[in-house]
Amino acid sequence: MSTTNNIAQARKLVEQLRIEAGIERIKVSKAAADLMSYCEQHARSDALLVGVPTSENPFKDKKPCIIL
Amino acid sequence: MRSPPIPEMATQEVQLNETLAHLKTESETLKTKLEEERAKLHDVELHQVAEKVEALGQFVMKTRRTLKGHGNKVLCMDWCKDKRRIVSSSQDGKVIVWDAFTTNKEHAVTMPCTWVMACAYAPSGCAVACGGLDNKCSVYPLSLDKNENLAAKKKSVAMHTNYLSACSFTNSDMQILTSSGDGTCALWDVESGQLLQSFHGHAADVLCLDLAPSETGNTFVSGGCDKKANVWDMRSGQCIQSFETHESDINSVRYYPSGDAFASGSDDATCRLYDLRADREVAIYSKESIIFGVSSVDFSLSGRLLFGGYNDYTINVWDVLKGTRVSILFGHENRVSTLRVSPDGTAFCTGSWDHTLRIWA
Repeated sequence: MSTTNNIAQARKLVEQLRIEAGIERIKVSKAAADLMSYCEQHARSDALLVGVPTSENPFKDKKPCIIL
Repeated sequence: MRSPPIPEMATQEVQLNETLAHLKTESETLKTKLEEERAKLHDVELHQVAEKVEALGQFVMKTRRTLKGHGNKVLCMDWCKDKRRIVSSSQDGKVIVWDAFTTNKEHAVTMPCTWVMACAYAPSGCAVACGGLDNKCSVYPLSLDKNENLAAKKKSVAMHTNYLSACSFTNSDMQILTSSGDGTCALWDVESGQLLQSFHGHAADVLCLDLAPSETGNTFVSGGCDKKANVWDMRSGQCIQSFETHESDINSVRYYPSGDAFASGSDDATCRLYDLRADREVAIYSKESIIFGVSSVDFSLSGRLLFGGYNDYTINVWDVLKGTRVSILFGHENRVSTLRVSPDGTAFCTGSWDHTLRIWA
């Protein structure tokens, strides 16, 4: 009977929503601060962000690299 | 002629309908509660907190290599961990492995189907996985012998009931995660082809997936035509978080390098950032002038930049923290369909419907 199927589906949805509603959350201010902190810590090694000297970036060389 | 329902059955019917109504009310209550809980912690916007961060300067990024060889639209690409090899797949049914430094083709496989929508490099660098309209994900070990017929060693791993949209090895060559037009994701053992776990919850085609960085644990995120991005526990198969703020299909999802957030790109012409610990969307990357869908997104190494490949042939580069666009890149002559930053962050690669791949740095 389709009502039985609908009930099974509805039960699953309620279960799923219970799980999602019950998780622990932190404030956006804290989350944002952590994202910023990660960016800052890793900025120096981010070649696309700060750039690297042409000699060090194999893609920036006009001549293809020859790996010996 | 129908006879009137027996009183017993009528009572049962009424009871079932009551249960159904009760469950519906409960789910509405829970949805409201979920929104309320999320709203309580929404004390500030990311871009407000980021006001004190130094603004980014001008960016000069150019095409440094163009990889030509596909006979039709490039649909997907992935980097090898060695930071120089790339695998790409195309509508023409071909999967090609390139040396991105020299632009040489190292391997080529012809798949039995067209529209190879997904491809991935194995962590060891010794194999590639691919699939598409054949509804399967197959693994090809890469031979050092260029003359060897790769198709002969092909191993069929995953079987879905609709097209394969994305695939990714987990942190070893032994397991593959797949997403499909059949609305599910699945985890497979490569050696035996056995289904280890399936993930049900999307209401329509799943278009993309990304695994959390290994330090963060066993989760992955998927995006679909139901406009939802779901975060899954790989061991239990449970959906642990779900986000529904996009207004159209989600074509691409990618974790922020710390694993605490992920970005998405959608046909609604926006990219968005969702923080997993705050359990909400924390940024939208959009402009009134950008009206074409985003096919593919990826972060730079530090997470400060978000690159988006768009259906209007461009790449937009966003300041993740401030929410502003820092650069727009031109070059492709058709839709950008796929975009990945290299493993060490020195460059990124794009694939396009113009049949080429480009390396940018």
